[in-house]
Amino acid sequence: MSDPAESVDAMLARIPYARFLGLRIELAGDEMTAILPFGQHLIGNPVLPAIHGGVLGAFMEMTAMAQLLVKEGQARQPRVIDVSIEYLRSGRPLTTYARAEIKKVGRRIANVHVEAWQDQRAAPIAALRGHFLVTPTERA
Amino acid sequence: MSDHLDAMRNFVNAMNQGSPHAIALKMETISLDADGATLRVPYDEKLIGDPDTGVIAGGVVTALLDHACGQAVHTGLTEFKTIATLDLRIDYMRPAEPGKDIFAKAHCYKVTRSVAFVRAVAYDVDPSDPVAAAQAAFMLDSSGGRGFGANLKDRKPK
Repeated sequence: MSDPAESVDAMLARIPYARFLGLRIELAGDEMTAILPFGQHLIGNPVLPAIHGGVLGAFMEMTAMAQLLVKEGQARQPRVIDVSIEYLRSGRPLTTYARAEIKKVGRRIANVHVEAWQDQRAAPIAALRGHFLVTPTERA
Repeated sequence: MSDHLDAMRNFVNAMNQGSPHAIALKMETISLDADGATLRVPYDEKLIGDPDTGVIAGGVVTALLDHACGQAVHTGLTEFKTIATLDLRIDYMRPAEPGKDIFAKAHCYKVTRSVAFVRAVAYDVDPSDPVAAAQAAFMLDSSGGRGFGANLKDRKPK
């Protein structure tokens, strides 16, 4: 069995957009945390300043895909079918973290919930619910 | 009305040029009228999400749709108000074609006292063959008196 930490690192290293955002993944056993260090290029509203809502959506989408890879193993990158993003608080110029919970994986579709936070885990800044088209490794 | 649209065109250009993420994506508003806003992100290899196919990352489409929806809200308002995305729902219908620029066309179809409702499509060639479709809700007067640099202050502990 391949090491999930290595395969998720390998996946991210191959994705130019993940490098563009600056996304990292940390694993503690089977518990995965996605980390988005703050960078000026992530700012959407320069006045507050606040991280772009689209960046937070993108970050949570990538978190869900990485979690599917870590937990289920994927022959191909999962494809996003739909996402619903809730914005709870303004994204401040700080490191953002996210964790995903796979609610269900069927033969073709996975349902994943993601929550993102900054300095307080109990005060999430955004949440995402999404469906993803999956290709588990054993069927590849 | 055209005065308002002219003012809005200047405003959205400032919104693009003043937003580091919009600059990083080379986002540009190519048209703005009473019907809404159309924006473009040029194809760029650094934005690829699937290295096997060269398809742009879904996240780029997400950011473009969010940005376009926000500009459509400003177009739909008769005076300037601060706005914040409450909720953004996106259906991804098909991968964008590698090498092609991505466009988003957003239309604000309802404004109430506190909330604006927007629909948008993202496409590469033809708006009737979309890459993705979005539905969003925005809160109006969202700043609540928080002004310049508000996010640089410590948030009160929960």
